[in-house]
Amino acid sequence: MTEKQPVETRRGDAGVAPASLSRTDLGAAIIRKRSRPGEWLAERGIFAVSLSSIVMIFLIFAFVGREALPVILGQTSNARTQKPLTPDEATKLPADKLAKYIGVSVSELKGYDAETLKTLVELKAEELAQVSNTDSRINTTSWQKMFQPHRWLGYDKPEYIWQPTSEIPKYNCIPLFIGSLKATLVALLFSVPLGVAAAIYVSQLASPKVREIVKPTIELLSGIPSVVLGFFALIVLATILQTIFHYSSRLNALVGGIALGLAVIPVIFTIAEDALTSVPKSYSQAALALGAAPWQVAWQVVLPAALPGVFAACILGFGRAMGETMIVLMASGNASIVSASILDSCRTITATIAAELAEVVFGGAHYRILFLLGTLLFAVTFVTNLVGEMIVHRLKARLEGA
Amino acid sequence: MKIRDWRSVAFTGATGLATFCIVAMVVVILGNIVWDGAAQMSLRFIFGGTSEGMFDAQKAGVFPMIFGTVALVVLMTIGVVPVGVITAVYLTEYARHESLITRVIRGAINNLAGVPSIVFGLFGLGFFVQFVGGGIDKVFFGGQLHYAKPALIWAAATMAVLTLPVVIVATEEALRAVPHGFREGSLALGATKLETIWKVVLPQALPGILTGAILAVGRGAGEVAPIMFTGAAYYLAHLPKGPTDQFMHLGYHVFVLSTQSPDIERTKPILYGTVLVLLLLTFLLNLTAVLVRAGIRAKLRAANG
Repeated sequence: MTEKQPVETRRGDAGVAPASLSRTDLGAAIIRKRSRPGEWLAERGIFAVSLSSIVMIFLIFAFVGREALPVILGQTSNARTQKPLTPDEATKLPADKLAKYIGVSVSELKGYDAETLKTLVELKAEELAQVSNTDSRINTTSWQKMFQPHRWLGYDKPEYIWQPTSEIPKYNCIPLFIGSLKATLVALLFSVPLGVAAAIYVSQLASPKVREIVKPTIELLSGIPSVVLGFFALIVLATILQTIFHYSSRLNALVGGIALGLAVIPVIFTIAEDALTSVPKSYSQAALALGAAPWQVAWQVVLPAALPGVFAACILGFGRAMGETMIVLMASGNASIVSASILDSCRTITATIAAELAEVVFGGAHYRILFLLGTLLFAVTFVTNLVGEMIVHRLKARLEGA
Repeated sequence: MKIRDWRSVAFTGATGLATFCIVAMVVVILGNIVWDGAAQMSLRFIFGGTSEGMFDAQKAGVFPMIFGTVALVVLMTIGVVPVGVITAVYLTEYARHESLITRVIRGAINNLAGVPSIVFGLFGLGFFVQFVGGGIDKVFFGGQLHYAKPALIWAAATMAVLTLPVVIVATEEALRAVPHGFREGSLALGATKLETIWKVVLPQALPGILTGAILAVGRGAGEVAPIMFTGAAYYLAHLPKGPTDQFMHLGYHVFVLSTQSPDIERTKPILYGTVLVLLLLTFLLNLTAVLVRAGIRAKLRAANG
């Protein structure tokens, strides 16, 4: 284009490019065009909206964590330790101590007249006098009671107990962690061999025709809602497994775990298959040229090269299994017992939140501990996702560089 | 040589068997549901309500749940698609490839996709219902309870956050598939970058964007854990009248029927019917979108000559 040629101008760019512009003027015209305020504003807007994922992650952490904060900081107490006070003694207390003693907030306390206050103090004294059980003096919402065993009255050894609705609520989270890990372990034992083997077969050995059947089928499986898998496990799978193995509790970690495995298979298959296919063709061609059989190429060349990807698939599968709710809620029996047997019923973290949140008092200790469980769950899956993604990213970079 | 052959057969056989097992399980599950669910299908079942007995196979229907699920999914789509598409536009058209902010956004999207659905439920309750809803009540209604309770709109908002990564990833893929020549041609004709994106890139990517919306709908129709505390109801006598009402949901209904029924054997036919309707609904929505997609593709092809 010569400098003398007329430059087409757009409507709206009035007088920007007369026919006799020099090259530098043209450059300036383009820059001026870019700095139009409408366009600039829209671009800022697009950028702002694109930050929404970051904002959402932050909000999730902030708002789930916020409800759990008093428990995390150890500010909650459900211990009934105070000595009973007479009304005279009580009125001499400073306002904040009195409020704590009765169990109301300071601002609420200011709203009461002397008569109401006296009644409240008497009622509290009566309540405290009735408490004979020494366990009631314990703050069951402390970190220690939530994660260490305690010997409760009537038990002959320290135990981990989750009983949030008993007279003395017991919030030990260990049985729930064990339940989650048990169901996840069964799920991974079931889904990792199947998923990885299928990924090897589909990516390395299968004919294109088989591939075209298997891949949509696994997509179909990942599209089945988890509540449907839970329903299937509850109605059909539990009966079948019980007839085969003759165990006593119909719903247990085995049934829940296998159904959970069905939900995890697509995750493991997809990531492992992706890692296996991203191994450069030159690897397998070199091995084939050296006289290796296709199965040897798959087993001794491609699989070792893609191993970090397969490992990442397992990690991400673990995260998915830990976080799955409906399947374990419906199919794992939900009894919070500490046992190593997979034929016992188990109660997972997710199922506990789902089953109990609807019935708790808003803002109470039980409510906050359920949010604490949610925060811990979020942290666990956050870390597994981060690690999994990082492994996949590094592997891809290495294989593409190779 | 003989040993190698034996091992080859064993290896191929074992991996092939694993593949076959997975396919067989999918066939068994879907077959079981379709077989037992089809027996319950009738116009009365689909268009009937639950007022005459929720657990009675002869009288119960699923229309309120279909209505609730569709309403949820429609509201969710309205919320998630614009945000998801704009994010994808930023990532493909504006962001520098390996800049820090791009990497952080991508990391956040990946992580959002991995957050357990029950955590979304807690988030929806803590953020949308209590914080946003409570805030609206405080500012506009002087503390009266209008928005700070589980409602259709909060369930849809929670679901929109959950499906955001799905829409972003699919749209990004679609935008990347638009050839660079299109953009260059448009810019060369004097269009601004924004005009290029709006009038050239997005129309070309429309089928892909719709695919993203479809995937989001499929995901949104089936998730139950996030809506348990944010809007789904165990039982309602009426259809929801507005976005601040609670609603009944097919997936939640499956959970309710299978865990709360007084007599599971008698409830089984309704249960199978409801599960089949849930699966059909997701497939039907998918099918509609696939047809729309095919139509758009044909139109684009005709326009491009």
